[in-house]
Amino acid sequence: MSFKNVRVKIDELKTRAALIKNLQLSIGNVMEETWEEHVGPTPFPSVTSLREWDMKLLKRYKPYYLPFCELCCLCTFGKCDLSEGKRGACGIDMAAQQSRIVLLACCIGAATHIAHARHLVEHLIEKFGRSHPIDVGGVHVKLEAPITRLVCGVRPKTLGDLEGILDYLETQVTHLLSATHTGQEGNNLDFESKVFHAGMIDHVGLEIADIAQVAAYGFPKADPEAPLVDLGFGAIDINKPVIMCVGHNVVPTVGIVDYIKSNGLDGQVEVCGLCCTAHDTTRYYPKAKIVGPISWQIRFIRSGVPDVVILDEQCIRTDALNEAQRIKAPVIVTSDKNCMGLPNRTGDPPDTIVDDLITGKVPGVLILDPELVGEVAVRTAVKVAPLRKKFKTLPETSDVISGAKLCRKCNNCKRVCPQDLDIPEAMETAANGDLSLLADLYEFCIGCTRCEHVCPVELPIHSFIVKAGEKQLKAEIFKIRSGRGAIQDTEIRNVGSPIVLGEIPGILAAVGCANYAKGGREVAEICMEFANRRYIVVTSGCAAMSAAMYKNGEGKTPYEMFTGNFEAGCIVNVGSCVTNSHIAGAAIKIASIFAKRNLRANYEEIADYILNRVGAVGLAWGAMSQKAASIASGFWRLGIPVIVGPHGAKYRRMLMGRKDREEDWYVYDARTGERVYVGPTPEHLFYAAETKEEAMVMIAKLCMRPNDTTKGRAIKLTHYIDLHKRMYGKIPDDIHMFVRTKADIPITMKDEILKILEERGWKETRIPDPTLLPRLIRRRKEE
Amino acid sequence: MSLIAEPWQRAEVAGTKKALIINKPEIVAAMIKRAKRPILVVGHQVVETELSEGEKAIDRIIELAKTAEIPVVATAHIIKEFLNRGFNPSSHMSIMEIGSRLQAPDWTGLDGMGAYDLAIFVGIPYYMEWVILTGLKNFAQNLKTVSLDRFYQPHANWSFPNLPLQKWDEQLKLITNLLKEREEGTA
Repeated sequence: MSFKNVRVKIDELKTRAALIKNLQLSIGNVMEETWEEHVGPTPFPSVTSLREWDMKLLKRYKPYYLPFCELCCLCTFGKCDLSEGKRGACGIDMAAQQSRIVLLACCIGAATHIAHARHLVEHLIEKFGRSHPIDVGGVHVKLEAPITRLVCGVRPKTLGDLEGILDYLETQVTHLLSATHTGQEGNNLDFESKVFHAGMIDHVGLEIADIAQVAAYGFPKADPEAPLVDLGFGAIDINKPVIMCVGHNVVPTVGIVDYIKSNGLDGQVEVCGLCCTAHDTTRYYPKAKIVGPISWQIRFIRSGVPDVVILDEQCIRTDALNEAQRIKAPVIVTSDKNCMGLPNRTGDPPDTIVDDLITGKVPGVLILDPELVGEVAVRTAVKVAPLRKKFKTLPETSDVISGAKLCRKCNNCKRVCPQDLDIPEAMETAANGDLSLLADLYEFCIGCTRCEHVCPVELPIHSFIVKAGEKQLKAEIFKIRSGRGAIQDTEIRNVGSPIVLGEIPGILAAVGCANYAKGGREVAEICMEFANRRYIVVTSGCAAMSAAMYKNGEGKTPYEMFTGNFEAGCIVNVGSCVTNSHIAGAAIKIASIFAKRNLRANYEEIADYILNRVGAVGLAWGAMSQKAASIASGFWRLGIPVIVGPHGAKYRRMLMGRKDREEDWYVYDARTGERVYVGPTPEHLFYAAETKEEAMVMIAKLCMRPNDTTKGRAIKLTHYIDLHKRMYGKIPDDIHMFVRTKADIPITMKDEILKILEERGWKETRIPDPTLLPRLIRRRKEE
Repeated sequence: MSLIAEPWQRAEVAGTKKALIINKPEIVAAMIKRAKRPILVVGHQVVETELSEGEKAIDRIIELAKTAEIPVVATAHIIKEFLNRGFNPSSHMSIMEIGSRLQAPDWTGLDGMGAYDLAIFVGIPYYMEWVILTGLKNFAQNLKTVSLDRFYQPHANWSFPNLPLQKWDEQLKLITNLLKEREEGTA
């Protein structure tokens, strides 16, 4: 065991001296002595343990603040106007306030994942026992928890081992959150360092959550051949009772599936989901179906298809109960994070609860026992389905036309629409019987329904758009490969060398939410472009679903077109949000398995390795949530750049390099101690792109790393230049910064590039053994 | 122009100081003329905005930029559209890159000749331009900013109010004409 957290629990003990009830003893962390790998410098790092590393990153990638709000209203001194150099009543300035808000967001995100992990671990221990082994890939995955090993310096072997790690994470979140209180941290860079810390512990939380559920529920274990499952509104069998599950915590849905299986109802009840619960449900039960990303919630409910709505936690529409009531679908909320004002019926007999739901005595219930959720949900769905007859609230075409005639062209709908969709124009044509412009909006609508809340004549505008786009909605039938979980150690061995040397041009991780500026199709297009270019493409979360929502001429979806092996030219779905840990884990495993770097509690060195050698880029094209912020910050601290879509600018802080400042781009050559110019590689750490085209060029560019061999750099430059020419219509004007020797120049572009180098006064440099850490210099020049 | 000067996107409530309204084109023409180091930042939406049959906002902006002889930075991927129209902008950068450069006290401009004193924005998605302008307002206080978009941007120093497309087009043409007149007058 790598981590020993001794716990003794006595429910009741009678002795002559005393009666003891509910006694729990807990003895803290004991570092394993039998593990050969020695403990690195930062086991269980505190808030400040990695501050020096953070400052190195922040010196190069300076925070660029974009105040989304100029006021602070967090205490009763305020509101304080912090604009144009003013300080608030507590003394805080604008830069610190912006980074403080970023930290708050990341604490929310990290707390959400860690609380999710805590719930999973507690539940799974209760069900499977503390000694249940952590097996996430059998013989293919010896390095079961790379992030946990790296950060904490322990290797969990059983579910019970995870509890102490969670204790550590919870403590860190509390410390970080406390730093945002009025009159605590006052320096923006120190806030930023804490943001990185929040991201790092968030990643541990993600990993704990996923390895626990993979080990206990038997999800695909690092399986490149994880089953292809159905995705899309059109894939749902509406002739069956339909149970719709929304959220991120799969436990109650497992209860539903177990009840179905153990009561001979397999194939008779349709279980489907949205958001990450849907991913994890298909990992447990491949017959389950994914409706789509988060933004499909309202359209799916209003379609009348779901007979029962199950809400667990995270990214749930908080008005889902109201929406479900309108289609007469009972709601079961299943998490203490989200009780929706409903009565707690956990202690009641299932018959009574089912009756109350069927008769409509209550619109919904809170049930905190997942097995009871299973029974109540299935029995209710079976009984309520014939009564509901798929009662829907989507209008008929004639209703849309007559409704559109009431439109006052006030523009309020357009002005609240995050996408600035031209709804008034579409209404005008709809009033004349032509729904085509409304139908055109369907692809770009994120389903927020803000338009409906401002309409002076209370038109159900979102429903109008969905009705107009009904043909498209019903045609949504796709395949997605169920989340495979971790990347195998053997896969890492195979790709480690070509990645580090640059011969595989990069790893693109398309992750995150569905707040896309121009529809989810862009995600599929980006993924396919890079898979065709022989990048390694991995996906997770809602982005993984969007990547599936495309068909080629033969009717194949991207997951059918590209391999599920972690290799050049793949599109690999790792799974739900918590499986982002396997993407970070893969980068860490390259340093450990391929480069044989010591992993245990050796964060700074491994992050330095990844920053300088592993050409990985995250793309959160529709990033919306605080969880997305904390996931991104975990990647930043590891030295992995993240690109977000245009809406990501609202995260109010970027981390931008300055390629024009030569002094920012020197590293140490670990062989000699010399400082060597390596060019802006990677140029930025956090960056919002305005368009898909811009993002694609930037992805190729951010995959360059100082360690690339000449062959690898030539390959990477070929993609960068090719995409640049295609998207921008010209050759990039910064090539001279990425060519170190003439051998870096792609052979087919030699004459063209040599001419540019000459014009730019380019000077040859050399390829170092790059590091930002002086302690890693093996032999100093003067010695 | 008696048009509404409030943020286009409804929930985007500004801070305590809001942009002055460009209620006549002379204001912009004079600012450009008076500026020692102006720069025009043009985003991808000028390609998406159709003004009339066969004419897009980018065409109008090219006329303006040529007349004003102002350096242009094309953001996103629209350098290609400029080149297709035979216009070569001074540079192309992402909006985040040019925004952060304008905010950096040590940046000496595209030509290395010193900081800019006037930055004009057009064609950036509303919410992106919003935060870019707030950043400049708070961290580049020596820089004057103008939004030439047809929707009110309260964090600029000067902005059009919310304008109908046709009205906006007229304003852009008038600015260009005023700059031409002055140039001819100077000549």
